[in-house]
This record gives sequence, C-alpha cells and structure tokens, in this order.
Amino acid sequence: MASETQGAEAATGLPQLDITTFSNQIFWLLVSLVVIYFILSRVALPRIAAVLAERQGTITNDLAAAEDLKAKAVEAEEAYNKALADARAEAQKIIAETRAEIKADLDKANEKADAEIAERTAEGEKKLAEIRESAMESVREVAKGTAAEIVSAMGGKADGRTVNAAINARMKG
Amino acid sequence: MATEAHGAGEGGLAFHPMDQFLVKPLFGDGEVGMFTLTNATFWMALTILAIFALLVMGTSGRATIPSRMQSVAELAYEFVRKMVVDVAGKEALVFFPYIMTLFMFIVFANFLGLLPMAFTTTSHIAVTAVLAVMVFLTVTILGFVKNGAAFLSLFWVSSAPLALRPILAVIELISYFVRPVSHSIRLAGNMMAGHAVIKVFAGFSQVAMIAPLSILAVSAMYGLEVLVSFIQAYVFTILTCVYLKDALHPHH
Repeated sequence: MASETQGAEAATGLPQLDITTFSNQIFWLLVSLVVIYFILSRVALPRIAAVLAERQGTITNDLAAAEDLKAKAVEAEEAYNKALADARAEAQKIIAETRAEIKADLDKANEKADAEIAERTAEGEKKLAEIRESAMESVREVAKGTAAEIVSAMGGKADGRTVNAAINARMKG
Repeated sequence: MATEAHGAGEGGLAFHPMDQFLVKPLFGDGEVGMFTLTNATFWMALTILAIFALLVMGTSGRATIPSRMQSVAELAYEFVRKMVVDVAGKEALVFFPYIMTLFMFIVFANFLGLLPMAFTTTSHIAVTAVLAVMVFLTVTILGFVKNGAAFLSLFWVSSAPLALRPILAVIELISYFVRPVSHSIRLAGNMMAGHAVIKVFAGFSQVAMIAPLSILAVSAMYGLEVLVSFIQAYVFTILTCVYLKDALHPHH
C-alpha cells in the first residue's frame, strides 16, 4: 500500500521535486565531478596543452625553415642565372675562336692550293715549251731533209750548210 | 495502477512524460538511499567514461597532426579556454580545469540524455543546483579573498546618480543572490521541458491517425534538443565565467 501511494506520487508530481532522491544524486554528482576534475587536471588538460604547444613550436620551426629554404632558392636562382650568363659568354668565345681557327686553316689551305696551282702551271708551261722545242727540232730536221731532197731533185747540189742557214733563217721568221 | 487509471481516463491514451525522470535503484526495488547505485549513478558514470574516452583516449596519440578524436578534444579545450580568457581574463585561467569540468560534465550529460531510454542527470534540479551553488560559493569566496571588502563595490554602482545608488544596491544584491537559482533552473528546466515534450509527442503516436505527425514532431524536437543541449552547457559555462570576472574585477 505504501509503495503504491509512493508510485502514484512520483508519477503525478515532478520526480525532480522528490526530496528523498536528492542526497543520492548530490552524492554521486560530487563523486563524478571530483573524478572528472582529476582526470582533466592531471591527465587530459596538461596533455592537450603540451600537444598544442608542441604543434605551435613545430609550426614556428617549419615557418623558419621555409624562410631559409626560400632564401636558398633565391640564391640558387641567382647562381643559375650567373652560370647561364657565363656559359653563354664562354660559348660566344668558343664560337669566335673556332671561327678564327677555321678561317686561318682555310686561308692556309687556299694559299697552299694557290702555290700548287702556280707550280703546276709553271710545270705545264715548261713541258709545253719543251714539247714545242722538240717539235721545232723535228720540223727543222724534216725541213732540212726535205729541202736537201728537193734541191737534189731539182738537180742542184745540196750544200748542207747553206740549207741549214736558209732553214734557220726561215724558221726564225 | 494509479497512472494507468489516470491514462485510461483520457480516452485510452497513456502519457508518462515524467516517468523518464524517476530516480530508481539499478538493482532491486528498494528505497533510494544516499549511496544506492541508481540510474543517476549509472548515467553519471557514463558521462565520466565519455569524457575519459574523448579527452584522454582521444588524445593518447599526442599527434602533431591530430586524429579526428584528438581534433574534437582540442576543439573543446580551446573553446572553453578561449571563453575563460575572453570573458574573465588571463588570471582566471587558474579556474580553467574547474570550468572545463563543469562544461564537459554538462555537455556530455545533456547529450547522453538524448539517447533513447536514457536518464538525463542534468534535468534534475538537485544536480544543477549543486553545480550552481558551487559556482556561487566559489565566486563569492574568491571575490572576498581577492578584494576584501572592496568586493562589495560590486553592489554600489558608482556611475549612477548618488540618490539612486542605495536602490540600485538593493536590486544588485537581490540579483546577485538570485544568480544560483536562475543558473540552475535554466539548465534543469530546459532539459526537463525538452525531454517531456518529446515524450508527450511520442505518446500521441499511439493513435494511428496522428502518428506520422507526431513522429515528425518528435524528430523536429529532437533536433532542437540537440541544439539546446549544447547551448545550455555553453550558457552555463559562460555565465560562470562572467561571475568569475565579477569576483576578479568587481568594479564596473
């Protein structure tokens, strides 16, 4: 009977106002709060604070490192540009040198060729003169013979010296 | 029994919107004594476990690049810490673990209370009143310890005309002592009302005609309650910070 009235009371009235349960709730609440407080202040909060501080440190370090790397990159770019300019100048120099060398070689070769040509020409001319000389000689021989034959055929007496002189005079003319 | 007869009187509908708030022993059917393990004990223990899981197990990696759990834990940490610093100032950081305890307890008790069949510890005035009185005592004692009698200048509005000051002092004094009442009833009332309304709507789903509507209403209320759960924890915490600021700097 007693429990029945209590149940009815609890169902119709607010359970929140049932004073008999207060001590129980307050006791367990205080226990919970103390437990939570110790979990937080001893473990959780210092740990999270440490993690956050560490992250802040890492970020600061990384930013500094990034700054360093950026400076290095600029330096490297400058060095690259300088190397490029140097290489270009070197290439220009090599090109000029090579050109001069080739020109010198070419000139030398030209000169040599010219000299050879001149030599060959001289040689050819000499040979030509020789050939002409020998041809003249042959002509003279033939002419002497022929002239002597003609003179004798015409009934004269071929005087070798006279014929020779006449032919030489003719050939000169 | 009596409740059934009561329900039958209303055309066969049985509403028990307040039964969810009953404090019952976990084992057996006896009286609820001070050290009895009750459903309140059980749900407070779950609250502790949830806080432990989030803030201790969640951060066990101590990762510089946090996991999801660790992100949430850090978010909660920075949220409360920023609130303390912004509202009460840097010197209030001594109380940061205390305020964090209040916030984590309330927010997890509220959210766990939203689970179906759950018992909402923060819907009980006994619980919220203890929380509020603790804050009240802390603030009052701290105020006198830090400022001595100068703490009373909190009630003496020096910017008001001299004639008005005594009247204002009475009003300020009353409002100061009403603080723990409003502080506790705001939280308990919000939690209780929301859960009771959900139960009432759920009770209507016994009638096939209005069941879809009532289910829709329960869903909408549930969404609202999720919001309220967080907002009430936030309000309780930020008010604690405001009171703390008064204790540290009583001059307006």
